[in-house]
Amino acid sequence: MKQVLVISGKGGTGKTILTASFAALAKNKVMVDCDVDAADLHLVLHPDIRERFEFRSGKTAKIDAGLCSKCGKCAEVCRFESVKDGFEIDAVACEGCGFCAKVCPAGAITMEENISGEWYVSDTEYGPLVHAKLGIAEENSGKLVAKVRQAAKEMAEKEKRDYVIIDGPPGIGCPVIASMSGVDVAVVVTEPTVSGQHDMERVLEVADHFKIKSCVVINKWDINPEHTAAIERFCGAKGINVAGKIPFSKQICESVVKGVPAVKICAGEPADAITKVWDGVKNGA
Amino acid sequence: MIISIASGKGGTGKTTVAVNLALSVVNTQLLDCDVEEPNAHLFLKPEIANSVPAYTPVPVIDEQKCNWCGVCREACAYNALAVIPPDGPQKKGAVLVFPHLCHGCGACAFLCPRKAINEERKEIGVVESGRCGDLLFVHGKLKIGEVMAPPLVRQVKRHADSGRTVIIDAPPGTSCPVIAAVKGSDYCVLVTEPTPFGLNDLGLAVEVLKKLGIPFGVVINRSDIGDDKTEAFCRNEGVSVLMRIPFDKDIAVLYSKGIPFVREKKEYIKGFRAMFDGIKRTLR
Repeated sequence: MKQVLVISGKGGTGKTILTASFAALAKNKVMVDCDVDAADLHLVLHPDIRERFEFRSGKTAKIDAGLCSKCGKCAEVCRFESVKDGFEIDAVACEGCGFCAKVCPAGAITMEENISGEWYVSDTEYGPLVHAKLGIAEENSGKLVAKVRQAAKEMAEKEKRDYVIIDGPPGIGCPVIASMSGVDVAVVVTEPTVSGQHDMERVLEVADHFKIKSCVVINKWDINPEHTAAIERFCGAKGINVAGKIPFSKQICESVVKGVPAVKICAGEPADAITKVWDGVKNGA
Repeated sequence: MIISIASGKGGTGKTTVAVNLALSVVNTQLLDCDVEEPNAHLFLKPEIANSVPAYTPVPVIDEQKCNWCGVCREACAYNALAVIPPDGPQKKGAVLVFPHLCHGCGACAFLCPRKAINEERKEIGVVESGRCGDLLFVHGKLKIGEVMAPPLVRQVKRHADSGRTVIIDAPPGTSCPVIAAVKGSDYCVLVTEPTPFGLNDLGLAVEVLKKLGIPFGVVINRSDIGDDKTEAFCRNEGVSVLMRIPFDKDIAVLYSKGIPFVREKKEYIKGFRAMFDGIKRTLR
């Protein structure tokens, strides 16, 4: 079983479009959406939710006004500026460390468990999908990512699936690192723009830091062929394989509007380019 | 006044709006709070005058004083400390620190009965500041392999200049780094594109801003692609559409080269100023 992660650094380069097409092309696989705070893969794969789980993670302080003597000790120790004037907790700012509860002389502070989201095991036309929804303004997205990945991996092992296909989040921080740990290959989707390349370079460094093998896909390559050539030179110099170049195509945009994987409805070049990328990844790009 | 630019979905044009707005309005400061993938400097090419490492506190155990009592492990809500008790008189105990799990709350050091924990600084990135003409510029860059963006975001925001209009370029998503970036803003501009992905993530971002109690409006980028469901959403939810930027090959090419489009397409300066004036009126 092979775990294939699609990431980008920069958002909006085409991670979900590529993942959805991989879902349509790959045989015998499980999909996971690890972009848990702005998940979109379900808009293309249209899952039927089979099982639903609460995601409990972290705690939030709560001050009992009846017991509180307003001594100010809690506000003094809190480093997250979570104790508001009037001794109420700013639940959004609170990181649940519990320092305030430990030092409160009146015992007025309790730590309450958060229900910070939900995760699901679903069926789609293309196979099972494990996905999640982080609660509004909740934290611990990294832990939720770890949760859905673990569930998908166990399912893949149990059902003897050949691939786990992971739609990753943008950025290079906590949820990205949680998405990346232990994958067989990271497919980095970029675009030929200065920001696309800058962000690709940062996320490739993260992959290298964690010793994860990576390859690059240049999406909308023809909007700036010179920049595409610069990205290819960069990858060549670093020994990173460019697994494919996908042309800009109105058809791909339409596939998103229709909610269908691009390879299913795009004729000709864009679909061929995506298929070639998957073949490369499958054969160890 | 602080105006943050956020989106939910990545790649909708946050940096484009932040940079072009900052260049269109006088007396501004731009804070790039997308510390994982900062991009505004690629467009503004600011002269960086200061580069200061950013740190968070992490515990360091003084083995001479520690008696492996376990109070620190109990105190830590993040499992960033493990205590291995001594194994007979021969083998000493140990406390293991996992810095990537530490949130730097300081509870362990404060509560240790033997004062055996000191907090030392761990470098998590860098805060750079400078200017681009009259525009003041600050950004944070998270170190590769570093997990926690919010402390760095907060450190960038400490540079906010109260004498100027502060424009914050926020990261994508809806979780902690976004909250850290937009919190305390007077107004938030949500940049979206009229596709099902853009709309789905716009809906999430709207929920976040409602929860934080920050007034907001929407910029629809590439407004003539996709479908009309985003316009309908804004109408139905009573969300004001501040600006529509149609898809324009020139803008896409300028973007790809790292050129702020108001430099070449001056007619947009008026549009950004009108948007800014509209925001000021809303807040009055």
